[in-house]
Amino acid sequence: MSVIAYGAARASLKSSGALLNRNWVAMRRAWILIISGAVESLLFLFAFGFGVGALVGDITLPDGTTISYTAYVAPAILANAAMMGVLAETSINVFAKFKWMKVYDGILATPLRPWDVALGEVWWALIRGGTYIAAFVVVMGAFGLLDSWWSLLAVPACVFIALAFAGIGLTLATLFRDWPDFDWMNAVVFAMFLFGGTFTPVEAYPAFAQPIVYIMPLYHGIELVRGLSLGQLGPMMFVHIAYLMALCLAGMWIAQKRLAKALYK
Amino acid sequence: MPHDDEILVRAADLRKSYGEHEAVRGVDFEIRRGEAFGFLGANGAGKSTTMRMIGCVSQPTGGELEVFGRDPHTQGAEIRARLGVVPQDNTLDGMLTVFENLVVYAGYFGIKKKVAKVKAAELLEFVQLSSRAKDQVSELSGGMQRRLAIARSLINEPELVILDEPTTGLDPQARHLVWERLFQLKHRGVSILLTTHYMDEAEQLCDRLVVMDEGRIIASGSPRELIDTHVTKEVVELRFGPAHTTELAELALTLNGIGAQIEALPDKILVYTDDADDTNAALEARKIHPTSVLARRATLEDVFLRLTGRALVEDEA
Repeated sequence: MSVIAYGAARASLKSSGALLNRNWVAMRRAWILIISGAVESLLFLFAFGFGVGALVGDITLPDGTTISYTAYVAPAILANAAMMGVLAETSINVFAKFKWMKVYDGILATPLRPWDVALGEVWWALIRGGTYIAAFVVVMGAFGLLDSWWSLLAVPACVFIALAFAGIGLTLATLFRDWPDFDWMNAVVFAMFLFGGTFTPVEAYPAFAQPIVYIMPLYHGIELVRGLSLGQLGPMMFVHIAYLMALCLAGMWIAQKRLAKALYK
Repeated sequence: MPHDDEILVRAADLRKSYGEHEAVRGVDFEIRRGEAFGFLGANGAGKSTTMRMIGCVSQPTGGELEVFGRDPHTQGAEIRARLGVVPQDNTLDGMLTVFENLVVYAGYFGIKKKVAKVKAAELLEFVQLSSRAKDQVSELSGGMQRRLAIARSLINEPELVILDEPTTGLDPQARHLVWERLFQLKHRGVSILLTTHYMDEAEQLCDRLVVMDEGRIIASGSPRELIDTHVTKEVVELRFGPAHTTELAELALTLNGIGAQIEALPDKILVYTDDADDTNAALEARKIHPTSVLARRATLEDVFLRLTGRALVEDEA
């Protein structure tokens, strides 16, 4: 609708960088919040990986390889951590800035455009998500869960997950009306965490449920990270990446449209 | 169309509708460089909507609008880079300190951090908030927040500063502080565009103004011109004890022929006259004895009343 809202091509790095700077200045006094997010994921790893992993022992994958259950679950929890970090940042924090604190009202009176805001928020979410990912990978390495050099590629793989969920989170932040809407989001996120291939291979589910899992963005993220950390590569990885990138771009596009509609009225 | 660099804003038959509701119904005006231009009108007259269109955060639904000779439709970001905006609700960043609000905002204009810090310190000095630099915005009073918003609007050395109701909601002392800063800006030659529903504000600050009512411009000129054109030099306010609306309307009839015009308000009768002494003598001659008689010079408030039949500020006081 809005022509004032420019296309992606015109959103410069400099403008989105100014928003990144704003978030950095605003959050640098609250680093404890960010650290707490990383700790949560590590607790999951200990509980499911080592607690449940010790009971299950080794498992055999559909392709016949046998690995420890902890090594199987850890990449999925890493993928989950990448998702949670950016989702919290983009959905809840952007919602608060947009609807409650009216931060963007002031910003859009400057040369910054909705695209710059969307891009800046995605950068920032990536930085926050990145700290979770880095902390998690270090712990995985310390516990010997990284089996091959390929596993270092789990880090960039997590970046794709972060991008996808940054886009999704931004869109949700602009669609949500009030806090109860976040309960729906959390329910869906939890369902993805439980059934997106975190604990069991998707082949273990009944046939009718499998397509639902294939739609879940987290499933593609988990498959990507797991494949890389276990050194099992395949052409499907490109499908996973494409799906995650598509979600990122679609999410950003919808979010900036919604911002423009709400603030350029 | 060739652009005259001295004309900052030009609107022709500018319109804005929200669905069925027409907020701005075709207004024409030109704002020149170096002048303080005002939009005077009651709440809901369409002033803020017009400001938002000039600020390129709202798209016109009809007519023409040019800001700095550019089209807000396609060059919004370029225009906004040259504007300073003080919105009615300040829109300060509640997560940042006073100083950070200025420095971070400067970043949105691509101003380098080092330059921004120097500029921010200067501007805090200008709005007398230097001692509050490290405070959170929420710790500031309403008047201080408005002054911070004014400082913020100046960070990019704008060619035109837009202020929407700059002193609404402020106590008298805070208002005067804001006015004093705006006078300073005027003296520096900064072009100012403001909306207000306070006639004293319009009279004091504006070189030229338009009176808006129900989305239309109903009069324009300098404050002096408006008063000379639409009302008499002086006004005599008559009060008759507890008498109100209907009784005053009846009393007004008995005043027929005194002064140039008679206006019965809910609590008093206004007699427009070129000579208050003559009016008093005429009242005496007719043996009309109000409980109080106040002679004063005519103001923009009277202009608004004459033009619309309504007071500017109705629900306050």
